[in-house]
Amino acid sequence: MAEPDFEQPAHFAFDAESGAEIAHIVAKYPVGRQASAVIPALYVAQRQMKRQTGSAWVPVKAMDAVAERLGMAPIRVYEVTTFYFMFNTAPIGKYHLQLCTTTPCWLRGSDEVVRACRDATGIKGWKETSADGLFTMTEVECVGACVNAPILQVDDDFYEDMDAEKVKTLIAALREGKPPPPGSMIGRQTSAPEGGPTTLTTLQFAPGT
Amino acid sequence: MLADQDRIFTNLYGLHDPMLKGARARGDWDNTKAILERGRDDIVNEVKASGLRGRGGAGFPTGLKWSFMPKTSDRPCYLVVNADESEPGTCKDRDIIRHDPHKLVEGCLVAGFAMGACAAYIYIRGEFCNEGRVLQAAIDEAYDAGLIGKNACGSGYDFEVIPHRGAGAYICGEETALIESLEGKKGMPRLKPPFPAGVGLYGCPSTVNNVESIAVAPAIMRRGAAWFSALGRQNNTGPKVFCISGHVNKPCNVEEELGIPMRELIDKYAGGVRGGWDNLLAVIPGGASVPVLPKSVCDEVLMDFDSLRNVRSGLGTAAVIVMDKSTDVIKAIARLSKFYMHESCGQCTPCREGTGWLWRVMTRMVEGRAEPSEIDTLEQVTKQIEGHTICALGDAAAWPVQGLIRHFRPMMEERIAAYKARSIPRLAAE
Repeated sequence: MAEPDFEQPAHFAFDAESGAEIAHIVAKYPVGRQASAVIPALYVAQRQMKRQTGSAWVPVKAMDAVAERLGMAPIRVYEVTTFYFMFNTAPIGKYHLQLCTTTPCWLRGSDEVVRACRDATGIKGWKETSADGLFTMTEVECVGACVNAPILQVDDDFYEDMDAEKVKTLIAALREGKPPPPGSMIGRQTSAPEGGPTTLTTLQFAPGT
Repeated sequence: MLADQDRIFTNLYGLHDPMLKGARARGDWDNTKAILERGRDDIVNEVKASGLRGRGGAGFPTGLKWSFMPKTSDRPCYLVVNADESEPGTCKDRDIIRHDPHKLVEGCLVAGFAMGACAAYIYIRGEFCNEGRVLQAAIDEAYDAGLIGKNACGSGYDFEVIPHRGAGAYICGEETALIESLEGKKGMPRLKPPFPAGVGLYGCPSTVNNVESIAVAPAIMRRGAAWFSALGRQNNTGPKVFCISGHVNKPCNVEEELGIPMRELIDKYAGGVRGGWDNLLAVIPGGASVPVLPKSVCDEVLMDFDSLRNVRSGLGTAAVIVMDKSTDVIKAIARLSKFYMHESCGQCTPCREGTGWLWRVMTRMVEGRAEPSEIDTLEQVTKQIEGHTICALGDAAAWPVQGLIRHFRPMMEERIAAYKARSIPRLAAE
């Protein structure tokens, strides 16, 4: 395997914001079961890295900090970090483009979405970051929004009903630091059929509810 | 057609306020105390009588599952809600969580009370970050309104609801892997027995239920088992949220009765197959794990547990993936093999090695770069994976390939013949 082309930071310590978040999280689990907080705590670490460095990832020192905070052996935290797909163990770009290519998205044109993303960012392979450091492209498995396929997930947000043109527009907006509101890019009401719901049309609820 | 007043998820599309005020206007949290006052046994019996079968894929009777929980326990008992919705094609729990979260929270209280649980942990998939925020907000509201927490709904019963986000692992939808993950470990399934009802979360009695199974419980208690079981078909009762994706004119989620003909479901709600019904090639009727069905079966089959089992497929999560005649169905299934290879936890050898092997051979089948006899070998290997692993992921990897061979073998043979026809003249010319 090639040597990693990034450096692990020499130190990591939770800042005040992260510390408060972790205290809140640990309280959700029974006493003595604080290991349950490992996934949420790793998210806290990943978000802190994003705040501090602009890149959402979990360095080894952050895993150690989680282990210490939760009273776990470091190896247990390393296992969890590498088992779950959503923790980045290497730095990523400012925007994490996560492209679903599983069958339901593929049937609706995910190949086209992938190509358009490559063209718009100049990224060639998976897990690579664009030269300007703005984008990292990751191939992901089914994200669970299949009736709105194909999906392009940017960080935490789902952009749905995508096509090549819409990818181009979206990437341009992200370059300007102006992400559009997530959801259907063709103006659909969430998972309702295009053109509007054909069921639940006869029910009346009080206005504003 | 299911009448609107018989639909449970009245805010499926998020047209209305998902929060407490809107939820109350839609009938949620209406005198929940009275439901709890009927007592544990009465709730379990009502759900049993409704015929509700688990909505997460396996279709196990929900009331019966609840009855496995100990009547008395010196340890805490837990309800664990499986919101790790990851089965390709499936996106129903997402809508329940983001648009009708109070149905789920109220369901947690009713179900948790019925099984003597002190808390519900809702394990939500990591990618559902925004959905998780809505759920958290709904839970906070419910605490503030005294609906959950100490003396929930004034019932004298204390009940906590705690959401927990995963981090991107399909295997955590398997109930024991989910428990492992919730305990802070890698999501590797446990051997059963012991079953979770005896030894589950933190070694305590636990029941793991799908989001939809839990969210329909209050409606069953309010409207009665007779109402629920009058919908659908015998042994396949009630309404169900279907997800229709792929080559249809208008992909969508819709709540309908179990037992609706597949063709009617697709034609009426999803705008029909792209290019018309005669342009249909195949349908995966219940999420990626269940075997694909050719058009000839789709013409007549009903969408319920038993009807689909009778045609050697399954209802699974009721995620209908439609493929029209432009589809390379071998490639569509090969992509699913890649999915299972990616998602195998690696614990059992037949699955860890087998899923990768299936994908590599399926990749050659897509090109036709194979011998016809290898189709038999492929099928035989799926049989060596199926039933030889701790959890059902091995089976789930095997079934799509088996379904392909069962119904599309001539297409695979043609592909191989075409490849040979292309390559032999080239060899001869060299």
